Amino acid sequence: MIGQEALSSEQTARALVERIESLVTEPVSLMEVCGTHTVAISRFGLRSMLPADLRLLSGPGCPVCVTPLIEIDRAIAVARTPGVIVTTFGDMMRVPGSESSLEAERAEGADVRILYSSLEALEIAESQPASEVVFMGVGFETTSPTIAASVVEAERAGITNFSVLPFFKTVPVALDMLAALPGRALDGFICPGHVSAIIGSDAYKPVARDRNMPCVVIGFEPLDILGGLVMLLEQIRAIRDRSGHARVENQYSRAVTPEGNTAAQALLADVFDECDAEWREIGTISESGYEFSERYRSFDTRQRLTVNVPPPVGPTGCICGEIMLGLKLPTDCPLFAGRCTPRDPVGPCMVSTEGSCAAFYKYDRGEV
Amino acid sequence: MCLAVPGKVLEIDGDTARVDFGGITREANVVLVPDVAVDSYVLVHAGFAIQVLNEAEAEETLSLFRELAEALDDETKRGTE
Ligand code: SF4
Repeated sequence: MIGQEALSSEQTARALVERIESLVTEPVSLMEVCGTHTVAISRFGLRSMLPADLRLLSGPGCPVCVTPLIEIDRAIAVARTPGVIVTTFGDMMRVPGSESSLEAERAEGADVRILYSSLEALEIAESQPASEVVFMGVGFETTSPTIAASVVEAERAGITNFSVLPFFKTVPVALDMLAALPGRALDGFICPGHVSAIIGSDAYKPVARDRNMPCVVIGFEPLDILGGLVMLLEQIRAIRDRSGHARVENQYSRAVTPEGNTAAQALLADVFDECDAEWREIGTISESGYEFSERYRSFDTRQRLTVNVPPPVGPTGCICGEIMLGLKLPTDCPLFAGRCTPRDPVGPCMVSTEGSCAAFYKYDRGEV
Repeated sequence: MCLAVPGKVLEIDGDTARVDFGGITREANVVLVPDVAVDSYVLVHAGFAIQVLNEAEAEETLSLFRELAEALDDETKRGTE
């Protein structure tokens, strides 16, 4: 099923691009709020197929990019603690802290391991009971249930030398903040497909209704994205000619239901409480993160290890914040592709494979 | 980071399923998808199945795309006649 070839048929792509061209009669700015969309749009070269008046902006959709510098420094300080094994998804390794990175610490001898799943951290904890195994809990609602499930499993199995540094963020409140920005330049949201598989498309109803912001949940194949753009542009036209209101539509209905994955939501509610969270370069957004609930608080690394984290010193000249707010494109940054490259990154958006600067560097240079 | 890959469930043993990703078989934890069944398609992220894919909806999306392509094809033909 879901024949990949049918989802990337050239004929259909042409039909969709024609529809899009007919719908873009004046400038439109849409934001994709998912790093996986950012990469897909760049990789498939969609920007070059679309009308120049249609701007696709990257939002704060890369969980690594929105992790505050002080938390990167904290992770580094934890990695320097004797007896600690730091485990993480690969994207975190090269993010520059104030004066080091997890990768640099590993080169210096720290035990830092890249994992595919938080479950592997449990295996390490079980096989090395004398070490403290810390997992970097970075991610949106797609990832947080998998880490919550690992914590529940650790409790069930009586594993006590495993903990998580919680850097979790949640998406809908952040969208509401972006939609409410004064002088907002956005006409619609390309809502994240896999976050929505967990939280459900209904989660965007308040943003659509209260901010009159079109929201379409979109899949990741080229035709999914083009088809979803048509849905967004039709809504925007209806709003502009006053024949309709913004609403939530779901292009990715094979994976996303209105109510989402209720088993995962129940697990999230059990293991975490919502908390205010700081988004790097953006600021604190209330109720946009997760902390451990009282029952699971002992799994928070900060309850178990005390590390000294000096005030962070960030890079100068990086405009990641403005890019993530949809105000600028990576190519607007004077450091882009010169002082700042994926090999020698200045800001987090150039490090993570899903960062907008990295995606632009790899696929879109010279085209914009 | 929120990348999830679709695969077909071959076998379920307790909380673990064997999932076929176009020829490559890997294990995935299924605690987040209590309704999973053998032969269904799941989205796998970070070692966990996070959703069971709905085949009827997938077909619907595909037929919508096919209609569009055919409509364009008809137009092109008419244009060249
Ligand atoms: S190009 Fe580099 S310095 Fe400029 S915004 Fe992107 S990550 Fe920051």
